Amino acid sequence: MPQDMKILIVEDEPDMLGNMVDSLSKENYLVETAQDYETALEKVSLYSYDCILLDITLPGGNGLDVLQALKKLDKTDGVIIVSAKNSLDDKVKGLNLGADDYLPKPFHLAELHARVKAVFRRKKLDGKKSLVSGNVKIYPEERLAFVGEEALKLNRKEFDILLYLITNQNRLVSKTALAEHVWGDQIDEADSFEFIYSQIKNLRKRFKESGANIEIQAIYGIGYKVQPR
Amino acid sequence: MKLLNYTSAWFGLILFLVLSIWATVFYFNMLDEIYDSMDDGLENQKLLVIRRAEQDGEVLLRDDFDDGYYKVSQVPFEQVENYTDVYQDTLIYTLNEEDFEPFRMLKTVFELNGNYYHLSLITSMVEEDDLIEDLFYALVFLYLGLIFSVLILNNFLLKKIWRPFYNLLDNLKTFRLDDPKPFDAKKTRIDEFQLLHDSVKKLLEKNIQTYNSQKQFIENASHEIQTPLAISLNKLELLAENHHLDDKALPIVASVMDNLERLSRLNKSLLLLSKIINKQFPGEEQVDFSQLVTKSVDDFSDLAAHRNISISLNAVDGHLIRMNPDLAAVMVTNLLKNALVHNHSGGWVDVILTKESLTVENSGQATPLNKEKIFERLEKGSSSPQSNGLGLSIVRAIAELYGFSIDYAFQDKHIMKLRF
Repeated sequence: MPQDMKILIVEDEPDMLGNMVDSLSKENYLVETAQDYETALEKVSLYSYDCILLDITLPGGNGLDVLQALKKLDKTDGVIIVSAKNSLDDKVKGLNLGADDYLPKPFHLAELHARVKAVFRRKKLDGKKSLVSGNVKIYPEERLAFVGEEALKLNRKEFDILLYLITNQNRLVSKTALAEHVWGDQIDEADSFEFIYSQIKNLRKRFKESGANIEIQAIYGIGYKVQPR
Repeated sequence: MKLLNYTSAWFGLILFLVLSIWATVFYFNMLDEIYDSMDDGLENQKLLVIRRAEQDGEVLLRDDFDDGYYKVSQVPFEQVENYTDVYQDTLIYTLNEEDFEPFRMLKTVFELNGNYYHLSLITSMVEEDDLIEDLFYALVFLYLGLIFSVLILNNFLLKKIWRPFYNLLDNLKTFRLDDPKPFDAKKTRIDEFQLLHDSVKKLLEKNIQTYNSQKQFIENASHEIQTPLAISLNKLELLAENHHLDDKALPIVASVMDNLERLSRLNKSLLLLSKIINKQFPGEEQVDFSQLVTKSVDDFSDLAAHRNISISLNAVDGHLIRMNPDLAAVMVTNLLKNALVHNHSGGWVDVILTKESLTVENSGQATPLNKEKIFERLEKGSSSPQSNGLGLSIVRAIAELYGFSIDYAFQDKHIMKLRF
């Protein structure tokens, strides 16, 4: 990732903010924060960000008003609304006001990274259309994967899993996060997500067949991590 | 029974009783008065007859009524001793009516020139049956007239008087707590109705306020719960990722995360359920159930394969139902999830979609479940730890919201039938 990705996190809970800053900083993003409505408004008017993570309920005002201000200023910052309310109304309002995405709390950090990167990708901010890990390269929009120059044949679910894991490479991806992302929210509580294991097994087999130099490491009881060997 | 008819019926009954009693009393009073006046007349005639007898001896020879109204007969002194006048009713044959008619008769005695005479005087009497008949008809007319007046009174006057009340009723009938319309009625001059209207209005306003604050409370509570959950989960993720925990610590972190996630899902489900019941899901559109069911079955195919359960799908094409798309998805996946979770390795699930219904049949434990309880909140049928006991409650809440019916039956297999 290029160094110059600027992210603003607008969040009033210090612990929540800390978690997000911790996790996002590891990607070499430039992370700034605002803990109340006034600061947020000031920062978005003064500076431009590639992505703003915006909480709706803020001390001193409503996050949606920050969105409104952005729109008035003709700014095209990518915005992801992060809200604990998970209210349909807010979601619709937010997206209508030009937000790019809506992420209900609680979320997995892996999901946060995936959404942030999706915003970058959509806005073509990093100038790249592919993700790379080791000798594996994937093109999310075209839904293609390559090992070196050779195409890697994957079914729909396998591709989604690989994309999600590589988006979060070197990072722990919990089984729940993976299941909810690939199989949808509704899959929740169906099982302890053990069925993911067979898909992972398939992926490992494909890596081995095609000579990919990345590995999917299982973190006991929690999830998986993709990293170059 | 309508208020109007009710009062009319009571008026009718009361009028009937009052008029009947009144008619009886009136009849006897009338009769009494008539007798009185007739007897007075007879008394007068007696005096007239005696005076005439003093001048005209002919009078004393009339020993039968024939063409007159009196008869005289001479009687010995013993018979007049202690004699008192007697008034009595009698029947006498009349030529004009060709029948015996009632007459009033006065029997008396008098003394003239040392002789004693017995005198009977008669006068024609009102015919009682005619009187009763006339009175009866008069009463019927009076009764009908009164009832008619009452009905008119009720229909025009009472209707007008009670209009504010019926307005209030109409307002109440269409009142919905989740979609309150302004509750206003025209001012009325009747204090009681004004009071009723004001009280109802105040009561409803209080209810709307409570309802809204309750809704707000649920949202806020969920918000307050989600935030610490989110913080804790993310901290654990960071912990597991950043610090190289050993094989003893990892399972503990994993277990805490699992439980926090369960709590978060439970919270989300409860919130969803309360939102459905509060009808906070606007935005209906045509949902292609055929597509939805196919996609859901596909989503669950990995889970099913993992559990060694076969799923078969038999669906009609292009079945559109108008509802909120998110809720449609929640309903279908919850039914499928339920069939998969409460199943066993080597089992099966059959999904059948027709124009009328969506049926999910599955193998599972060999005994029927409690029909009454499975749709209740937090009522766990089996010991499956993955189930939070809200899935079927949510299905039922959604079904009720859209007027579908959901039923469970057991015929060597578990059958959930959702009728559209």
